[in-house]
Amino acid sequence: MEKFIAHSGKVFALNRENIDTDQIIPKQFLKRIERTGFGEFVFYNWRYDDDGNLRSNFHLDDEEYSGASVLVTGPNFGCGSSREHAPWSLLDYGFKVIIAPSFADIFYNNAFKNGILLITLDEEKIEEYTEKSQSGDFNLEIDLKNKWIKESSGEITPFDISEYHREKLLNGWDDISLTLLHEDKIKEYEEREVPVGII
Amino acid sequence: MSKETIIEKIWNKHVVYKEEGKPDILYIDLHLIHEVTSPQAFEGLRLANRTVRRPDLTFATMDHNVPTKNVEEIKDKIAKQQLDALRENCSEFGIKLAGMFHKDQGIVHVIGPQLGLTQPGKTIVCGDSHTSTHGAFGALAFGIGTSEVEHVFATQTLAQEKPKTMNVKVNGDLPIGVTAKDLILAIIAKFGVNFGTGYVVEYTGQAIRDLTMEGRMTVCNMSIEGGARAGLISPDEKTIDYLYGRKYVPKDEEAFEALKEEWLNLRTDDGAKYDKTIEIDATKIEPQVSWGTNPSMVVPITGKTPKISEVDNKDEVMRALEYMGLEEGQRITDIDVSHVFIGSCTNSRLKDLKRAAEIIKGKKVKEGVKAIVVPGSFLVKEEAETIGLDKVFTDAGFEWRNSGCSACLGMNDDIIPSGGRCASTSNRNFEGRQGNGARTHLVSPEMAAAAAIEGRFVDVRAYSFA
Repeated sequence: MEKFIAHSGKVFALNRENIDTDQIIPKQFLKRIERTGFGEFVFYNWRYDDDGNLRSNFHLDDEEYSGASVLVTGPNFGCGSSREHAPWSLLDYGFKVIIAPSFADIFYNNAFKNGILLITLDEEKIEEYTEKSQSGDFNLEIDLKNKWIKESSGEITPFDISEYHREKLLNGWDDISLTLLHEDKIKEYEEREVPVGII
Repeated sequence: MSKETIIEKIWNKHVVYKEEGKPDILYIDLHLIHEVTSPQAFEGLRLANRTVRRPDLTFATMDHNVPTKNVEEIKDKIAKQQLDALRENCSEFGIKLAGMFHKDQGIVHVIGPQLGLTQPGKTIVCGDSHTSTHGAFGALAFGIGTSEVEHVFATQTLAQEKPKTMNVKVNGDLPIGVTAKDLILAIIAKFGVNFGTGYVVEYTGQAIRDLTMEGRMTVCNMSIEGGARAGLISPDEKTIDYLYGRKYVPKDEEAFEALKEEWLNLRTDDGAKYDKTIEIDATKIEPQVSWGTNPSMVVPITGKTPKISEVDNKDEVMRALEYMGLEEGQRITDIDVSHVFIGSCTNSRLKDLKRAAEIIKGKKVKEGVKAIVVPGSFLVKEEAETIGLDKVFTDAGFEWRNSGCSACLGMNDDIIPSGGRCASTSNRNFEGRQGNGARTHLVSPEMAAAAAIEGRFVDVRAYSFA
């Protein structure tokens, strides 16, 4: 996994609550056997109408948001299905940071495993960022090392994140390698508990 | 000894390694896999030159995108590629596969219990959020992403934060004509789509004890729709009776007796403390119907869609009503349906089909309504056919299909067309879930059956006695 130390990017705000993974990446795009190439389909049914034309009431594809890499959104983001295609599609589209009042559990784990930084902030701050992003040129600088977000005005907002997740992103560690450091313990467990296989 | 919940008992027993400030490393007893969320995990193994640590604790099936009719020919090339990949991966890594045409094939959350792979006290994971279903047996079961699938392949463990515990206490008895599906929908309607975030939920109370194992599976299945990764029910004699004699449960009487005792001891100790307790009165619950685009947007059949002026989340409710093509304050019994889907990991077991068939017997599907039944597994289909349920459904005008996830998520050809309105026994009414522009109403099998006949939602309590 790539290290994540800091990131600066344009904000796109999606002011909706309970955005489920079916909206992030609809089922018709789950049949690929690769991890890449999902970006163009992110929020597909909100971006495109039945004929495949861009909808005018959804603004991700508006020129001023081109290149947006920070998603600011509502509570319980990523609820529903466990499909990791959701973070894959967000990352592949270019989103490196997602800021919301809360996230669904499985999505939270999935996103960090792909090097996306999820930041939880209170609803007031989210509203403020959402408001400011309407201009299409609202940028945020996110410093994971020091745990703060900086606006171009210089205003700084600190954020909390578990030390475990922070350390993993900063170092680009992958979970499997970390767990395999304790392979002897897994062996001990198997010798002690003798899990019965499917015969 | 300190008093513990079943959640703590299972968790503590499975901790392989513990370190302050880090998630516990938890051993996984059973890893179920399917074609959609596993290919990238296998690919990851190959790229890192790793292997599957315990193929003997891993079991595969094909369910998400298998066709349910004309099964001999898979027209969707990309779907076929995914199915082929699973077959090749299982063969390369030595994993048992119940593929298409195998007698053990079916929806992963139907076959686990049916084969007796699901057992009390086990830690069970699958790359599917409805893995919580297996909690009905007193197992700690939860859905994981593909990176975690790869992690379990390589290590047979997962790094997991210890969850908080919640007791969802269901007081009193469910009234006649009210089902497990109505209960779980009512719970989510009352407490919201994220009441369970960060928790493992245990369902307790008389109404839960009185449910069949199938009913308990329906309840645990939808835990994730309330935000809980896992939901479970302490095992009792019903659990034991269900598992006795199943394919992967020990046949030896003495071994089974020993297991039985171990299983029953998993029960939450009297007086054990939960981090949180919430309660609901079962006696007040009516048959439920979802009206909106998430599983908390649910009202009783006697109710109406909400009035914008009376809700806090006005934007969300307006968007949902617009998507669903409904008016505010509209009676549920005035909503016509164009499609009926009986199936999914929530409600596709033999008992679900039997109950729906009782409503349908001797009646006809309303003209213009397209109704399908998709049994949860090859075996469910076979058993249903043995007792003639297929005939009851087809005589009434239902299509009788082969098993799979089907129209619950529309990955195969079973898609509800844009603007179509479906009474569905599945678990998610998200926008576009059953097809782009499709409108889903979540209901019990009985309510779906009655809707098929009447062409609109009706109160099954009055209906079945009429």
